[in-house]
Amino acid sequence: MSGAAYWLPVIWTVILAAAILIYVILDGFDLGIGMLFAVERDQGRRDVMVNTVAPVWDGNETWMILGGATLYGVFPGAYATLLPALYLPILLMVLALIFRGVAFEFRIMTRDSGRSGLWDIAFMGGSATAAFCQGAILGGVIQGVSVTKGAFNGGPLDWLTPFSILCGLSVMCGYALLGACWLVWRTTGVLEASCRHWARRLAIGLFVGIVAVSLWTPMLHEPYLVRWTDWPNILFVAPVPVLVILLAFLFVRGLQREHPVAPFLCALGWFFLCFTGLGISIFPYMVPPSLTLWDVSSPPSSQAFQLVGTAILLPIILTYTVYSYRVFRGKVTEADAYH
Amino acid sequence: MVSAASALLLARFQFAFTVGVHIVFPAFSIGLAAYLAVLEGLWLRTDKQVYLDLYRYWIKIFSVVFGMGVVSGLVMSYEFGTNWSVFSQKAGPITGVLLSYEVMTAFFLEAGFLGVMLFGMNKVGRGLHFAATCCVSVGTLISMTWILASNSWMQTPAGYSIDPATGRFMPEDWLAIIFNPSFPYRLVHMGMAAFLSVAFIIGGTAAWHMMRDRRKGLPISQPVKVMFSMAMWMATIVAPLQILAGDAHGLNTLKHQPVKIAALEGDWETESRAPEILFGIPNMKTEHTDYAIKLPFAGSLILTHSLDGKVPGMKDFPADQRPPSPIIFFTFRIMIALGMLMAATGFLSLYMRWRGRLFTSPLLHRMALVMAPSGFLALLCGWVTTEVGRQPWTVYGLLRTADSVSPIMLPSMAISMTAFVVVYVIVFGTGIGILLRMLSRQPEEGEHDLSEQGTASVLGTRSHPETVLSSPDHGA
Repeated sequence: MSGAAYWLPVIWTVILAAAILIYVILDGFDLGIGMLFAVERDQGRRDVMVNTVAPVWDGNETWMILGGATLYGVFPGAYATLLPALYLPILLMVLALIFRGVAFEFRIMTRDSGRSGLWDIAFMGGSATAAFCQGAILGGVIQGVSVTKGAFNGGPLDWLTPFSILCGLSVMCGYALLGACWLVWRTTGVLEASCRHWARRLAIGLFVGIVAVSLWTPMLHEPYLVRWTDWPNILFVAPVPVLVILLAFLFVRGLQREHPVAPFLCALGWFFLCFTGLGISIFPYMVPPSLTLWDVSSPPSSQAFQLVGTAILLPIILTYTVYSYRVFRGKVTEADAYH
Repeated sequence: MVSAASALLLARFQFAFTVGVHIVFPAFSIGLAAYLAVLEGLWLRTDKQVYLDLYRYWIKIFSVVFGMGVVSGLVMSYEFGTNWSVFSQKAGPITGVLLSYEVMTAFFLEAGFLGVMLFGMNKVGRGLHFAATCCVSVGTLISMTWILASNSWMQTPAGYSIDPATGRFMPEDWLAIIFNPSFPYRLVHMGMAAFLSVAFIIGGTAAWHMMRDRRKGLPISQPVKVMFSMAMWMATIVAPLQILAGDAHGLNTLKHQPVKIAALEGDWETESRAPEILFGIPNMKTEHTDYAIKLPFAGSLILTHSLDGKVPGMKDFPADQRPPSPIIFFTFRIMIALGMLMAATGFLSLYMRWRGRLFTSPLLHRMALVMAPSGFLALLCGWVTTEVGRQPWTVYGLLRTADSVSPIMLPSMAISMTAFVVVYVIVFGTGIGILLRMLSRQPEEGEHDLSEQGTASVLGTRSHPETVLSSPDHGA
């Protein structure tokens, strides 16, 4: 394989992974906040929870659209096999995200008609369903997709396995944890205290999920196992589990000392490490167990043209995203009603 | 085979349904964001309260419309892969890249500054806030540019080669791909359609408030007058320009997709001195347009701008390359009729303005109210005309729609179709209900900002003053 045809897909894999990770982290706490509606019944406090993300959620969800568009333009082979294979969870996810997205506005604007409770349920249910589906989709990709001649040839429920359900539940737990830690950072009083309480429980749940998925993944396919156990690979991959445990200590200490951001940063660290770990397992496959990232790539003329734009635009996007978060920084209380 | 044909039909219907719902919201956002930028600019320049009032009134509408655009658009970015995987695989190297550029240059810009635009007036100062509004508005225009480049490329493909081994479209010349032959026409036509659609919504809203106030014997408020006047200027100037743009787009289509023109005109035989069929029912089986009412020479005159110009007929093209004439014959005529009526509304308003009766003429107000949805109806009809007119191809002349669809089982497709219809009726039905209730409330003098109002105030009641006072110092 010549230079560009080899390296462009590798560069794009890194960019795509970064875009997905940014999405998972940013929309993760949005969706987590939605799920935490289940344990916070007070309308005033629910409004505060929503207000911490109301100015930024649109931007957060845009990373998911970028992920879809990048897959479409740069790895059309993966886009055209993974999406039909994961048809039902993707359908369920976008429908859930529709309910979640419009509920931001609708739960306020239907308040005088007495139907706003239904949109609170839509916000919570949409967030929970979207989180579960995202986990199940991830699990579905890792466990592999049946492909012949570059096209999906399996059944509509192939993705539904105990492994993908475990992944779905773990991601729900992880997002709820991100949401709780975000609220610890961005709110005050009763809400902050109750989120600290829930963060501890959710962290235990996530930790169990991480251990279970980590032990299960290498059993799915031979190459995954080799990646994690063969010498000298083990030297490079060993830091991942070690860091997960180190972060657990920092997390507990951060909660005990009531540090505002330490728990959130630790939760982000977990997501980063899990994501890296899964990447290590499946690389270089984009559609496991048969199609590599080179198999599914669009021609170099497409990838190069898009890379030029991305190299210029992504730093600009990150700059103004940071700016817009800074405008709305600080603790949010019931006195600030954005809506 | 029956199940494959049904799956194809369902996939097509699902795409038409989801994109048909979606297209309204971005068009609304394009027009409204530009209007908001103009209002805020006028406010900064003149310091007149009325512009700020109108800005604050319409930005609440914008926040709902934009949210619905985002969620319905998310569906689209995955639907290509789920339902049209063969198309995605073959055309993704071109259309996927254009879509990615849209996300990076437009979606992020809009979403990134939307928060500041909606909630940041007290946090960033007037100048920066105006910049945020302009960024959102420019973002909507950039978005339109990319998606129409992609859509136009499917209509008039250029700048590509086809890989013989895989049948994939390989980009050769990106400038030729983006500036493909129909792109400039489509861009101008769609842009003006978005502006007109929003102008007629604004004009209709103002007309409704004026009619209600007159019935109650109340004086008409300043914000209502200003928004009506602005909307009617837009109708007066842009509606006739849109007719010219549509004409130019039609000539461009005649050049590149003659069978589409033949089908939307219901013409079967190629003729010089062709008549224009005003009404009829095209029959694809008998290859004849039944009950046709014809206007002599008009067909040649409209399409070639000369009395004896040659106009194509569908019989010149193989039967399996003709688009379904019975659909686009009517959608095209509805669009044209609505366009004429919009221009007529503009002229009527100009006459009333000249006579000093812009805010008192019941005739004009009734017409403006009836015409409120006309822009969006015309936009949808035009979109159906051009997209159904592209059939039986996804990439014109190169990739058939029947060969573009995913190998998805019929049950999955049926489940998703049902789910989309149910969810869209609930969500967008509620959304439109909310929008109508928001519009039925008059813009007030001293309208409140989104960031300083209590939760219930969007629909009328004022917030408590302490809420207003406590927000500016937050987070500074």
